[in-house]
Order: sequence, then C-alpha cells, then structure tokens
Amino acid sequence: MEGFKSFGNTAVDAGLGIMKDALPNASFPLGAIHEFISAKTEDAAATTGFIAGLSASIMGNNGTSLWISASRTLFPPALITFGIQPDRFIFIDVRKEKDVVWAMDEALKCGKLATVIGEMQEMTFTASRRLQLAVEQSQVTGFILRRNPRALNATACVSRWKITTLQSETFENLPGVGYPKWRAELLRIRNGKPGIWDIKWMDGRFVPAHDISDITSENLRYSTSHDASLAEVGMHKQVG
Amino acid sequence: MASRFVSIWFRHLTTDWFTLRRPLLRSVPFVLKDSVHGRMVITALNALAEIKGLHKGMVITDARALVPDLEVADEITELTDKLLLRLAEWCIRFSPVVAIDPPSGLLMDATGCAHLWGGDSSYLAEIARRLNDRGYDVRVAMADTFGTAWAVARYGRPPLVVSRTCNIEALLPLPPEALRLEPETVERLHKLGLHQINQFIRIPRSSLRRRFGQSLMLQLDMALGQQLEVIDPVMPLEPYQERLPCLEPIVTATGIEFALDQLLKSLCSRLMQEQKGLRTAVFKCYRVDGKVEQVDIGTNRPSHNVNHLFKLFEIKLTTIEPDLGIDLFLLEAPKVEDHYPQQEEMWEGMVSGGLEDVRLSELLDRLAGRVGMHSIHRYLPEEHYWPERSLKATSSLQEKLMTTWRTDKLRPIQLLAEPERIEVTAPIPDYPPMLFRHKGKLHKIIKADGPERIEQEWWLQQGQHRDYYRVEDEDGSRYWLFRLGHYDDKTYQWFLHGFFA
Repeated sequence: MEGFKSFGNTAVDAGLGIMKDALPNASFPLGAIHEFISAKTEDAAATTGFIAGLSASIMGNNGTSLWISASRTLFPPALITFGIQPDRFIFIDVRKEKDVVWAMDEALKCGKLATVIGEMQEMTFTASRRLQLAVEQSQVTGFILRRNPRALNATACVSRWKITTLQSETFENLPGVGYPKWRAELLRIRNGKPGIWDIKWMDGRFVPAHDISDITSENLRYSTSHDASLAEVGMHKQVG
Repeated sequence: MASRFVSIWFRHLTTDWFTLRRPLLRSVPFVLKDSVHGRMVITALNALAEIKGLHKGMVITDARALVPDLEVADEITELTDKLLLRLAEWCIRFSPVVAIDPPSGLLMDATGCAHLWGGDSSYLAEIARRLNDRGYDVRVAMADTFGTAWAVARYGRPPLVVSRTCNIEALLPLPPEALRLEPETVERLHKLGLHQINQFIRIPRSSLRRRFGQSLMLQLDMALGQQLEVIDPVMPLEPYQERLPCLEPIVTATGIEFALDQLLKSLCSRLMQEQKGLRTAVFKCYRVDGKVEQVDIGTNRPSHNVNHLFKLFEIKLTTIEPDLGIDLFLLEAPKVEDHYPQQEEMWEGMVSGGLEDVRLSELLDRLAGRVGMHSIHRYLPEEHYWPERSLKATSSLQEKLMTTWRTDKLRPIQLLAEPERIEVTAPIPDYPPMLFRHKGKLHKIIKADGPERIEQEWWLQQGQHRDYYRVEDEDGSRYWLFRLGHYDDKTYQWFLHGFFA
C-alpha cells in the first residue's frame, strides 16, 4: 500500500467492526491525520463525540491527548461518557487559527501523545501535508475538526469524515432520549472505500445502529446514560 | 583572590547630560539653578563655568554679574539618581557588581574582571574611554578598597591605579576630604593645619577619636581595608548566572544563537553537577547603546536539557533587536529546583507517555513559549453540581484529582460559554418544552429527559435554580435546555446551554 505505513495494531477496534471492509488493513489507520467536516454546531457535537470515542480507545489507560482550538466549547466533564478521564486531556486555547496549525504541528511531532485534536475552520493543502508528514515520523494520530468550512479543498489527510446526528432509539419506544446515534459518512479514505453507516455509542463502544440485540434489559440496567429513561420507565410502570 | 574595586566619579554629571541634549552648551559656561531658601543658587556647573570662578551654592545673580554670557537651566529633580542608575546598569558590562555612590559616582567590584581587558590600567582606560564617548567627563580609579578608590578618583594624581597593598602610600598625600568625612570634621582638620592624611595618620587612634569622633576612624579603617564595606549592587546577584562579553558587538542572528548556546551549555553543565534544573531563565543582551534586550522562558518541570531550553528560547530570539550590536550576553536562572535523573522506562508500550512524561512537558514548554502559559489548561473535577463550577482549571500536569469525575449525570459535550436565550412553548408545568426557537430556527422536540434541578449554591452566589432538560429534536440533534426559576413565578426564562453528542 503505497504512501501508507501500516501500524500493525488492532487496539482501535472499539466496535468499528462494521466499517472493517472500508478501512485499509481492516483497521482504523493510526499515525495519520483524519479530517472531520461538520456544517452546524449540533453536528460538531456529534463529531466531537465520535472523535472522543476513537480517542478513548487509542489513549488506553495511560495515554494523554491534546485538544488545540481557537474557539473551544468542549465541556471536559462530558468526556467521561466516552470513556476518557477528562484530566488526561490537555487543552491548548490559542487566540488565532494560525496558531492551531503551528501548535498541532509541534504536538504531532511529540511521539508521546496518543491523539492530537485540532479545531479549525480552514486548512490549506500545505498545512495538511505538513501535519501528515509530522505524524508519519511520530505515529501519533491526529484529528482535525473543521466546523463549517468555506470550501472542501483537497488535503493530504488520509480520510475525510462527516458525522451527523440521528434520532436516538429507546427500548420499546419508551419516553426519554436514547444512546447517541450518528450517521458516519466516510467521504474519502486512502486505500479504502468510502461508505455510510449508522452507529451509536453505547457502553463505551461503537455499536451498529441497526443491531436490535443491543437494546436488552441488561444493557439498560448497566448503562449510565439511561438513568433518566429508567426513572421514566419506573414512573410509567407505577402510573400504569 | 584579593579584591579590587573601581570608583567612577562623574565630574559634571547633570551638566554633561544637558550638553548631550543641547550640544551648543559645550562651548559656553553653563550652570543649573534651583531655589534654596527663596534664592536661586547654582547646583551644578560645567567645566567652563568652573574655570570662570563660579562654584556650587553661588547665587545666580552674582554669577551672572561675573560671567555675562552664562547659560542657566533649571535643575531637574531626581535627575542625578536616574542618570546614575542608568549608567550603573550600563556599567554591568564591566563588572557584575555595580553600586550607586551618590551624589555623583559609581562603585564597582572589579575583582577578577580586569584581566579580561588586559590588565588594570587598560581596564580603567577602557571604562573612561567608553564613558567619555557617551559624553561624560569622568575620573576612574582602582584600588584594593572602595575608600581608597573613591579618594584617588577624586583627589589623586594620575595614574589612578593603586597597585595591590599600596593603599597607604596612595592615601598619604591626599587631603582629608578624600576620606568621605562630614564637612565639620574636614573643617576642623584644616583649622588645625592637618591638610594631608600623612599629617595625622600616625597620631594615636584614641586622640583622633576624642577630637574628631568615631566616623574618622571608621572611614580611615575602610579606606585601609581594616573594616569591611558593604555595597548595595543595582542588580542583585543571581546565583545561577552566566556571562559572555564580546570583543566586537554582535549584530547577526547566528551570533546571538551561538552566544545563547555557549551560555546554556555552561549553565546546564553546572546545573547538572548540582542536580538542579531551571524553571525560569532570562537571556539578556546588553546593547552598545545602553539598552537591554531580554527574553525569558519558563518550564513545566526543572530542566537542564540544553537542546530543549535552546528550542524554547529559539521561538523568542527573533524579538531581539541587536540594533548597533550587542556586547554582553547574560543568562540567568532566577528559579532553580532540584532535578533528579529520571529512570528511562524499559518497556515502552505503543502508547506510553502519561502526564509524567518529560517529553510531554517539554512539548508544553514549547507551546507555552509561543501562545503563553495561560492558554494551556487541564481540568480537574470539583464537587459542585452547578455546571460552570463542576470543574476547575489547572496549569499543572502533576496535580492529582481530589475527587472523581461524576458519571451518574450526563453532561453535554459542547457547552456554551454563556447560556443563550430561547423562546419556548411548554405545555404543562415542569414538563419538557414542545418547541423552542434558537437563533430564528424552530426546533420541534420529539424526545426529552428531565428535569434535573440544579440549585444555586447560595453560599457562593445568589440567584434562581435551573431545571435542566435533555431534549432531541426531529433532526436528531440533542440539546441541553434549562428553565431559570419556577414555572409559577411568571418571570422564568428559558436558555440553551449546550449540545449533546
């Protein structure tokens, strides 16, 4: 596979199994730059969730990640939902977007990080190539979150994703909000083939959304995200 | 090593300063005046005015009568102090310990400095030449004690270098004024016909003390080196400091980098021997024109890694303007901490590198060098329910959690810095809303969770409670809304506070 170093790693599965066929080597490419496009804030939140889920499996127990942004709205306590100890994230809040690229470049050269995530609106081809060259040395995985970009220009990133929100499902259509559910569109990938999947984040891993078996009473009991719906269930049972 | 001290006497400090600003004053008698007891008297005068027979304390009208073409300017208050301070800072290029010696002099501890300029006399000649070039009329003397150097600078005959252990010989022919005595004592000595130090230096000490007081003995002892004299340097000595004087002024970036590299190497090897690491460092460049350019860096953990520290400085080196050239480089480490060699991890997993990793803190140092330390945050949980207070920012990588992150309540992945007002249609009290309008867009709510009531912590802040709802609209977008206040109050307001993934 030309221009793409295999990293021989199966750590990042995290339930992305349904995407296996689309990804090179049937695994999520580490040591590469991935680009995420989101048009509105709601989708940016979904994208952040998706990235957080990926980061969690890359970080493992002891990894550290950097979040570089000029306009950060990420609320660190929420990362715990995606299996990340928020204190293992270091946030670099710079003033200008230009500094985001510079800081990312510096950070990606440091092989001691698990992931580096940068928020920027625009990215030139040159900048993306610089970042890609940096990770090829250090094998750090970089995520670039582009919110509402003016143009979808060509970049040197290995993949381009678009994550949008989908209506969540609850067990037997009970009231309440269910697990985060997204449509993940892989628009472009080097050595792979693009595709569209519906997935949700459940119990610390990605789960294909069409899989009905995930909604079992056991999952409901252990899930942290369904306390509220459980309460609702209980209440309705009493009423009924 | 025997101490050597230099005294610099500015003979016409303030008038020289005025002359520098108005070069025409060079060729005319010129004095400064100030009001003393309602009379305008001379407070300072230049060399030409001295020749014409004017002196300090003379009334201006008398002086004008004597010298019709006299130029007069008003004394500027505190000018002397400012000038001396500035000159003292400039003189640091000759010696690290420079003190102000009011009213018109500087004192320098030149121990071990002169050989860098090729001996005592060329050292003094260089100081005098450089100060003359700056437009100041000076006399510079060097001796084993401050007292003798001071005396020789003001009253001695050239050559003004008193060789080692020749203090007494140098002092003997000088008048008693040279001993820094009070005017009354000097007057009394002259009245008794003691016009030279050699006339009374052999008089028994007890008689001298009885007649002229303790101060004469003290000054005599200081001048002869029997009593230690302490000076107060303008710049406190840093225990961790490296200096690099240059023979030729440096103007190129390469030159500056080379100087920095040299200084870092010598400082770091010293730190390494002492098992220390620096937390802050200042790189100062003394320019030919007297200005000081400086850059400083800070590190997250003590470091004596030359490469790393050089990289930190490298980002900022471009801000240094050499202008006409830099003739002294100085590297100081004001904050130094213990640094014990870390054991390398034998087994480095694919993703190692926790928060304790040295390379991580070095990366953060580099980032902080460009974007500032204040832009780097790490968050720790706080025991508060109020969302904005549920976490605290820290800049330390080592700080440990005092409590755990809460997992029982869901929090939005994106939180707005300020909650934004929304218009809401809610059917029944305490039910989630059916519709809400945010930034002109109408969202129809399909699913909702809540309410989760979060009360204000009255001991921290007054205000109403918030009832939070987690809602999902028809696009599947998930929001965090809250109602501020009770439904019955009629004054309640709805806000959008965040977005769930």
